Amino acid sequence: MVICITAEGKTLDSKVDSRFGRSTYFILYDTETGNVEAVENPNIQFSGGAGIQSAQLMITKGVKAVVTGNVGPNAFGVLTQAGIDAYVGANGPVREAIDHFKSGKLKKADSPGPGKQSKGAKL
Amino acid sequence: MIISVASGKGGTGKTTIAVNLALALGNAQVLDCDVEEPNAHLFLHPEIKETRSASVLIPEVEKQRCNFCGHCQRVCAYHAIAVIPPKEQSKGGVLFFPHLCHSCGACAILCPQGAIREIPKEIGTIELGSAGQVQFVHGRLNVGEAMSPPLIRQVKEFVNSTRTVIIDAPPGTSCPVVASVKGSDYTILVTEPTPFGLNDLVLAVEVLKKLQIPFGVVINRSDIGDDKMESYCRESRIPVLMRVPFDREIAELYSNGIPFVLKKPEYSVKFKDMFNMIKEEVAK
Repeated sequence: MVICITAEGKTLDSKVDSRFGRSTYFILYDTETGNVEAVENPNIQFSGGAGIQSAQLMITKGVKAVVTGNVGPNAFGVLTQAGIDAYVGANGPVREAIDHFKSGKLKKADSPGPGKQSKGAKL
Repeated sequence: MIISVASGKGGTGKTTIAVNLALALGNAQVLDCDVEEPNAHLFLHPEIKETRSASVLIPEVEKQRCNFCGHCQRVCAYHAIAVIPPKEQSKGGVLFFPHLCHSCGACAILCPQGAIREIPKEIGTIELGSAGQVQFVHGRLNVGEAMSPPLIRQVKEFVNSTRTVIIDAPPGTSCPVVASVKGSDYTILVTEPTPFGLNDLVLAVEVLKKLQIPFGVVINRSDIGDDKMESYCRESRIPVLMRVPFDREIAELYSNGIPFVLKKPEYSVKFKDMFNMIKEEVAK
């Protein structure tokens, strides 16, 4: 199964980006093979719809679960419709977030968090 | 002639100036384009004769025709569409986020399957009426609606070019203001002589220069605050069209919804003088 961790950089040592739609990178991790692919987020500069299109990217990439800090309402709607689970509240290095995901320590979101998060100023 | 009344800062007296100018001229039409919070009617007390629904077009997907190719999602410049292809367990679907849609129609025109048509979605209402001689139109944006420019443009479709048209614009310097003042022959910027008034006036001046609309300033509550407003206008060669003092009687009339030209006829003359100044400025 491929999971996606939102990240500030390209590697497993990068920090988890707390935002989903405007995350700097998406790190795709195959839980069976351990294969890692870093995808630069093409949606960061959108004035609106970044969450929706990042969720669309998850669908295209065949992701089954998203690990991040927070998922906004629009993105959550698309992920839910597509049957992709969102695990929220992750922080620290990506490697650690993967371990927490595997050991079931992360919380599966049953509702969206606040929308339009800007870095550094949580509203 | 179309004269718009704008300001950077809110609460400077745009509506007061717009309404009193209209009443002083008599043969005028007022368009309240502050559709998020229209209030000119509170002073003009117009008799509303007609209410029209205002809507924009949004896409509707005909599910039987859609093959989930994702073309609509890719062509949507506002990122308002997500396409979920069907999988074993689920049927798939097209998700549409109306608050991001700008009604450009690209998804409907470009759908290879012809599966998308455009349907109207109400965003507000337009009310038309008159207050004595003055013709009146305003828009009311539905609460929660994300974009006011489409409604502002629809209000402006009722411009009566046989009259002096006075557009009461919303405060600020972004899209709703641009949609309101665009196409005006002249803009009156209403301000107050405070650091806040000046800060926002400078921003509004930048907007009007970009739009190449001639403009002048009305200084409201002109006898309070500081003299930086006067010196800014002097140095920037911006005409000061009128000064309205901080006057208890004007404030009391305002709080009772009474335009002050009705009780203070000397201002009727001042507003007419201002109108003549504007005519001269436009003729330049």
